[in-house]
Amino acid sequence: MENPQLNQHGELRHLLSIEGLPAGIVRHILDTAESFVAVAEREVKKVPLLRGKAIFNLFFENSTRTRTTFEIAAKRLSADVVNLNIGASSQSKGETLLDTVDNLAAMQADMFIVRHGQSGASHLIARHVAPHIHVINAGDGRHAHPTQGLLDMFTIRRYKQDFTRLRVAIVGDVLHSRVARSEIHALNVLGVPEIRVIAPKTLLPAEVEQMGVHVYHDMIKGLKDVDAVIMLRLQNERMRGALLPSAHEYYKYYGFTKDKLAHAKPDAIVMHPGPMNRGIEIESGVADGGQSVILPQVTFGIAVRMAVMSILAGS
Amino acid sequence: MQLPDAEQLVNQLIAQLRPLAGPGTGLVGIRSGGAWLAERMHSALGLTTPLGTLDISFYRDDFSRIGLHPAVEPSNIPFEVDGCSIILVDDVLYTGRTVRAAMNELFDYGRPASIHLAVLVDRGGRELPIAAQSVGARLALLPEQNIQLNQDSSGRFSLSLHRVEEN
Amino acid sequence: MKIWIKNGRLIDPKNGIDAQLDVFIAAGKIVAVGPAPAGFQANRTLDASGLIVCPGLVDLSARLREPGFEHKATLESEMDAAVAGGVTSLVCPPDTDPPLDEPGLVEMLKHRAKSLNLARVYPLGALTQKLEGERLTEMAELQDAGCIAFSQADAPLVDTLALLRALQYAATFDFSVWLRPQDTFLAKDGVAHDGEVASRLGLPAIPVCAETIALAKIIDLARVAGAKVHLCRLSSRAGMLLVKQAKAEGLPLTCDVSAHHVHLSEMDIGYFDTNCHMVPPLRSQRDREALCEGLRDGTIDAICSDHAPVDDDAKIRPFGESEAGATGLELLLPLTLKWADRSGVPLVQALARITSCPAAVLGVDAGHLTPGQRADLCLFDPNRYWRVERDSLRSQGKNTPFLGLELAGKVRYTLVDGHVVYEG
Repeated sequence: MENPQLNQHGELRHLLSIEGLPAGIVRHILDTAESFVAVAEREVKKVPLLRGKAIFNLFFENSTRTRTTFEIAAKRLSADVVNLNIGASSQSKGETLLDTVDNLAAMQADMFIVRHGQSGASHLIARHVAPHIHVINAGDGRHAHPTQGLLDMFTIRRYKQDFTRLRVAIVGDVLHSRVARSEIHALNVLGVPEIRVIAPKTLLPAEVEQMGVHVYHDMIKGLKDVDAVIMLRLQNERMRGALLPSAHEYYKYYGFTKDKLAHAKPDAIVMHPGPMNRGIEIESGVADGGQSVILPQVTFGIAVRMAVMSILAGS
Repeated sequence: MQLPDAEQLVNQLIAQLRPLAGPGTGLVGIRSGGAWLAERMHSALGLTTPLGTLDISFYRDDFSRIGLHPAVEPSNIPFEVDGCSIILVDDVLYTGRTVRAAMNELFDYGRPASIHLAVLVDRGGRELPIAAQSVGARLALLPEQNIQLNQDSSGRFSLSLHRVEEN
Repeated sequence: MKIWIKNGRLIDPKNGIDAQLDVFIAAGKIVAVGPAPAGFQANRTLDASGLIVCPGLVDLSARLREPGFEHKATLESEMDAAVAGGVTSLVCPPDTDPPLDEPGLVEMLKHRAKSLNLARVYPLGALTQKLEGERLTEMAELQDAGCIAFSQADAPLVDTLALLRALQYAATFDFSVWLRPQDTFLAKDGVAHDGEVASRLGLPAIPVCAETIALAKIIDLARVAGAKVHLCRLSSRAGMLLVKQAKAEGLPLTCDVSAHHVHLSEMDIGYFDTNCHMVPPLRSQRDREALCEGLRDGTIDAICSDHAPVDDDAKIRPFGESEAGATGLELLLPLTLKWADRSGVPLVQALARITSCPAAVLGVDAGHLTPGQRADLCLFDPNRYWRVERDSLRSQGKNTPFLGLELAGKVRYTLVDGHVVYEG
């Protein structure tokens, strides 16, 4: 099947998912991001690469945080950024998703950064837009959040170098998590030999093993000797249905505490895509502890997004 | 066409630059050829300020046509640019666009006191009002000719001539 | 009007015929098969050289979208599509707007359909008022008005007691009840099979047990009520095995599968292709193979088109927000031929699944070419390939997973009551 993310020369045209991306492209993004980290350490944190380009942050689902990181990334590339929170405006007036996109494309958009509650929304937009417009998926339903997956890979590489010797655990609500899906694909593409997911059965999708992971229900066993732990955010609403009995019980069995961290390798790094729920999925002692790289993740996130935007804009 | 000996040119260039090299002089090479040359010059001139390298990929003016260079590396200017006298080094000066990009990038690090441009070969064909103060050799080349600096495993420099590939 | 269909290969599954035989039609009925009756003077002769002559297709599910959804399709467009696909009898589910829960609506639909003089329409009456799953409809009145059986279509019937009562009441009059087995809670919000693809794409999923649990419940209640039940759109291997067991027990059950589920699996969703958004969802490759096996061994009685014209606006959306369904009337025959070809099933057996078998499910005298029978026929060229394209479809529904594909089997003539209603 034709990969909708690549153009006929095999270059990245849209970034919709990490699934199906050649390892070479993933590495190229990470390598390019290294240069942008260096840019961010300068007096002037801006480069003129995307001068004159119009980038639209198209957020059908609210997320100030992700939107801001994309906005900063675009501005550091000297692009013009327009932020649109569609959730509140046109969609409620009955305009369809593609009508909205067409309207913005008519305003000479060069790139759309799309966040949408439905899986596949950015694929739909990518298929629809004119050839010169690029689409970056900033999170679609439960499907993918590829820049988050990439920035996590960037972080792991910074601290652990060689992917092919690592054991990585992803803990929490994999079922509803686009972040987890993107991480699993990315870790596989980069050759991580052992990827573990740790969660109660109610928070795992069917046949998750088909994605190349080992399933653990016991967090202590799952954390044994891992090099990196990626915690997932647990939405409060999961407590309301029959998925979990209570936050209290979840924290007891799947909350990331110092005691549990002791089972990972002594130099294991702790990651979280944010925003964190302290005392629900992670203890402050772990989140703020010496093994936490949660804040560097945020810094690297900007560099990775700059890398993705410049590679797309140049294809 | 007989190309000059690169090693000889480097030495000439170093000799030309020696009077400029003071304790506060910053040396910056443009990746990749300019960075190789700058490395040689840095030790030959006995400079104390650490060597800088620029990767001008993010400043190129042909980005929208050819996209991002496939192997961008971080630029590294490990000294204070503000008020510094900088020698900027590149292997070949042609249209002047690379130097324009490099100067723009340098200014994003700070405001240098001066920039002195040193190139191994000036092949003419300028498209911008840019000139080098120190030049190893001046060659008149045809547009379809491409001159390239090479460095072998022992660190020796040589020049070679290629035909520009048709795209 | 007397018609002589000559030089064709006659396939009449019910009568076990697959031979080079001519058909003679007079006064809307088949008068002879084989040699001409004495003194037969044809007004029209159809040269069926190279064609297969078979009974008109009987489709157990085609949504015509009237009343209420005329922006998706109209009776005219879809009846036209039916005969272009060789379909001469079709069943339409009651999930129109308003639903077919009143005799007046059914009479109007029957009347409108009849006035078009195309395929025969057999409406299913709503099993519960407004399809709300609570109060029974006036089934006997609805049957008088023309309903062939009763159904909830895809509307949930959560209350098990209400289902039992509905089955008992229908059984009182010997009406059959058509149910699509799906547990409402297990299927909640789901849009794709709970397997590898939905997990990867992050699509809310419907597990196989949503089907099997509903099936087990329906089978038990049917046994208790002594009701005749037709199970619509099986999708899973486990579901098929349950039906097989129940049939072996001798329960009066029949079932069908959609042509889509015979050919497609969850993998065909690819990168969120909303044309593959189906109800029930396309399941695994293994499920698909089991359904084909069930068709071959007779556990599954019929293939239906599950024709559901959907307008583009409802399809060009994110997968989870798109409307399920695909156009199918014109694809039923070629997709059945493709199944036969791929599975090595003899044509006579394959065509039975879209002619005599669905007619038996309906309990109507159709789907065969016995002399004296109403002359509903389909003449098609089995070797003629055609490309499924928006322009090549008469249905107002243009969305199908098969768009762009070349399929073998092109209808040349369709006859209803001895009249040529379609020539292609």
